[in-house]
Amino acid sequence: MSDIEIEIDGKPLKAKPNSMVIQVADDAGIYIPRFCYHKHLSVAANCRMCLVEVEKSPKALPACATPVMPGMKVFTRSAKALAAQKAVMEFLLINHPLDCPICDQGGECELQDLSMAYGSPDSYYNQGKRVVKDKNLGPLISSDMTRCIQCTRCIRFGDEIAGLRELGATGRGEHMEVGTYVQQAMHSEVSGNIIDVCPVGALTSKPFRFTARAWELNQYPSIAAHDCMGANINVHTRNGSVMRVVPRENASINETWISDRDRYSYQGLMHADRIAKPKIKVQGQWCETDWETALQHAAKALQDVQHRHGADALGALASPSSTTEEFYLLQKIMRALGSHNVDHRLRQVDFSADDVMPIFPGLNQSIADLENNELIVLIGSNLRKEQPSAALRVRKAHRKGAEVIAINMMDYHFHFDTVLKKIVAPHDMVNTLLAIAKAVSPDVIHADISVSEVEQAIAAKLMANKKTSMVLGASAQNHPMAATILSLVQHIAKVTGAVVGIFAEGANASGAWLSGMVPHRQGANAKTMLEQARKAYVLLNVEPDLDCANPGLAREALASAECVIALAMYSNAVIEKYAHVILPITPFTETAGTFVNVAGTFQTFKGIATPFEASRPAWKVLRVLGNFLHLEGFDYESHEDVLKELQAIVPVIPVPDKSIRGQAPSGIHSEWVPACAGMAQGISRIGDIPIYATDSIVRRAEALQAAQAIIEAEVAAARMHPHMASILAVTEGDQVFIKQNNATIQLPVVFDSRVPLHAVLIAGGIPSTCDLSELFGSIEVYK
Amino acid sequence: MLKQLRQYIKSFSLWDLLIGMKLTGRYFFKGKITIQYPEEKTPASPRFRGIHALRRYPNGEERCIACKLCEAVCPALAITIEAAPRADGSRRTTLYEIDLFKCVYCGFCEESCPVDSIVLTRNHDYHFENRGENILTKNKLLAIGDKYEAQIAADRAEDERYR
Repeated sequence: MSDIEIEIDGKPLKAKPNSMVIQVADDAGIYIPRFCYHKHLSVAANCRMCLVEVEKSPKALPACATPVMPGMKVFTRSAKALAAQKAVMEFLLINHPLDCPICDQGGECELQDLSMAYGSPDSYYNQGKRVVKDKNLGPLISSDMTRCIQCTRCIRFGDEIAGLRELGATGRGEHMEVGTYVQQAMHSEVSGNIIDVCPVGALTSKPFRFTARAWELNQYPSIAAHDCMGANINVHTRNGSVMRVVPRENASINETWISDRDRYSYQGLMHADRIAKPKIKVQGQWCETDWETALQHAAKALQDVQHRHGADALGALASPSSTTEEFYLLQKIMRALGSHNVDHRLRQVDFSADDVMPIFPGLNQSIADLENNELIVLIGSNLRKEQPSAALRVRKAHRKGAEVIAINMMDYHFHFDTVLKKIVAPHDMVNTLLAIAKAVSPDVIHADISVSEVEQAIAAKLMANKKTSMVLGASAQNHPMAATILSLVQHIAKVTGAVVGIFAEGANASGAWLSGMVPHRQGANAKTMLEQARKAYVLLNVEPDLDCANPGLAREALASAECVIALAMYSNAVIEKYAHVILPITPFTETAGTFVNVAGTFQTFKGIATPFEASRPAWKVLRVLGNFLHLEGFDYESHEDVLKELQAIVPVIPVPDKSIRGQAPSGIHSEWVPACAGMAQGISRIGDIPIYATDSIVRRAEALQAAQAIIEAEVAAARMHPHMASILAVTEGDQVFIKQNNATIQLPVVFDSRVPLHAVLIAGGIPSTCDLSELFGSIEVYK
Repeated sequence: MLKQLRQYIKSFSLWDLLIGMKLTGRYFFKGKITIQYPEEKTPASPRFRGIHALRRYPNGEERCIACKLCEAVCPALAITIEAAPRADGSRRTTLYEIDLFKCVYCGFCEESCPVDSIVLTRNHDYHFENRGENILTKNKLLAIGDKYEAQIAADRAEDERYR
């Protein structure tokens, strides 16, 4: 249909049919006051603030719910419109308390602003005001429900975006109250967004409560550092320290939402564990020292090991959430010293797909494109918790009619319905995919494997020739047969014409691949590096007991090393015990750098806060370490120099390319062996990482840890299906011994019907399980 | 001619001097207005802007709610406030400091205060003996408030009808 011509305030405008007056006005830069209207939420038209005069209409009409019509003439500032807005404002203020001085929203409050602009200075109202009891919404959000003006944005956000109907309105008229139906804290992983949508101070941030005023804060743009989406954020600082994080709109990545992990992780930035000064170990004792001494010490130790044991005795491990510049400089140092032993894939154990990996593990489509899929297959992915912003896109796709299939090792609760799901124990994962592969291409896969009904149905959906994405999550990549899983998925995608997307762990796995922080067939990968212990390790922001796939192995390897140089933000027991030099580095808020997100978008951000004590940005530390090692080409003056050098080497930034669709994996064979030969039968461990245990900053954010206890209940537990427990003859609450390889720990049994049979969920990345080995492997459970 | 004669008589009879002496003589016998400071003090307006104080409610609860409006309005940036929720959940200052060297005694802080907590008292004769005493901490401000509360309350009451 062609555009409709309308006129707003005498300005002729073109409007799309079925659009609302307020949308047209917003696009034209004409402001109409509103409280309940939000561009990403459905229209409720219950605040009546956006009343405007429309020609030939006897009454003023709400602009948010009035569709445009040809020849329509709208007046937003006419006497009639202003009178209507003023009257509505007076009604809204009847029950709104005059507590702006103690309200955290004061200074950034839509009601405050609009009452200045559209309200009257006096009120006729002198009766009592309504008082509403505050609701306990958990550790992240504080509520002052008396301030609520019942715009219902938070309710609509929960219904439409977050997909959890946790908030609702009870009562009518003046007795209407917004709250949780049942007294309980919110379980959503994106709940913090209701703080932003709330136009008044009814919902505010609990960790931020009363600590600063809007006018004291400086706002700096940055990029979230906890998942591979690279959500855009604004960081608010006061006197050089970070006070809070709010979303920054980016339609192509996070729209106007961010996850709670991105919003509240700032609490971990100034944790008491932050390391203040460089330290070296002298005769088993840590001595604080200056940067020059520490770097000299580190350089000498590295050169010493290189001379005595050869370059292959050196290894470098980096957190996948480091910046691209840090990755590039670290691998440049290592490669200049002659070692290709560099890796960032700390939680992975199967690297045999390295030869067929794309240039970086990406989504192979833009993030916004994710919502245009007609079929999305999640493989080993708890998308909601791993990449909350991507999950919102999938939910959006689902609302548009897309079907979602889950092939997982846990029956995760998603905020979208799955049309089909196959929940299998880790050791059956490959068989399941093999069966699906056989169902889609019986002429290629001759494996002797029976195809179940569900697998047949999944195959049928895949072959329905819809726009399909197959998405691999963390547990598919951390699986002991991850390469087989990837090859099978690539094979299925090739046959069915689907796009394969990989959501890697960490904020910058794409950046790590592009900057060479992978061995690239020449060196040892993260697993080999620890299995065949090196003589010297450089750790970039790694907490070996919590970040590595096999903490026990990591500890052994570090213990046997002659020299461990740890670039670290926080003190950590393992690092304190085994490192020889500790160089304090800064988190993403205190350094400039670049993150490359899952769609291959480079996003550069600046340092915002002042580095803590003597800590320095890791790229500067590595650059000077390069100088101390007398290596060529370490004369960078800014992080941009590093980035420029990298971008000159990586010539074309791969944009989403349809030709990648179903790219043939070279490792595919027709004679697939059924069953996972390498995986022992029996009971498998599912080593999921709890939602707020993913990286060192998040692990130290107090409010998030409290929220995790609510969302995931007890994480330090052996979660198993009740049937599994009866097989093992244990009951809920029993302390059971978990034996994996040589390590044994004791955990309480918790019943969880999401866990498949022959598997037990024992989370990784938390201190109580860091004595076990691999995240996915066979275990023994006994009382 | 006559004018010149009058001039002669005036100047020889010291007339102007006598006029002057008349005024001097009047004041010579009139009561003295000298104030014996510090024993005596001149009367001050209830709007006098002297040293600052933080007030309390009659039940002893501090008035300040840490809204930070005084900090924001202060043209000399003399006020520093840190706030946090108190154990009972109310919004309170954890630090409230006024640098008297920066303060220009404009009274904006008092004007902006929604709870009449920060006030400027009549007291203007204070001194410091050591470095750092120019910083009025929260405890000092509350102590000043406690000491002069009667006067502060009376002054606000008197000025109320002009507000």
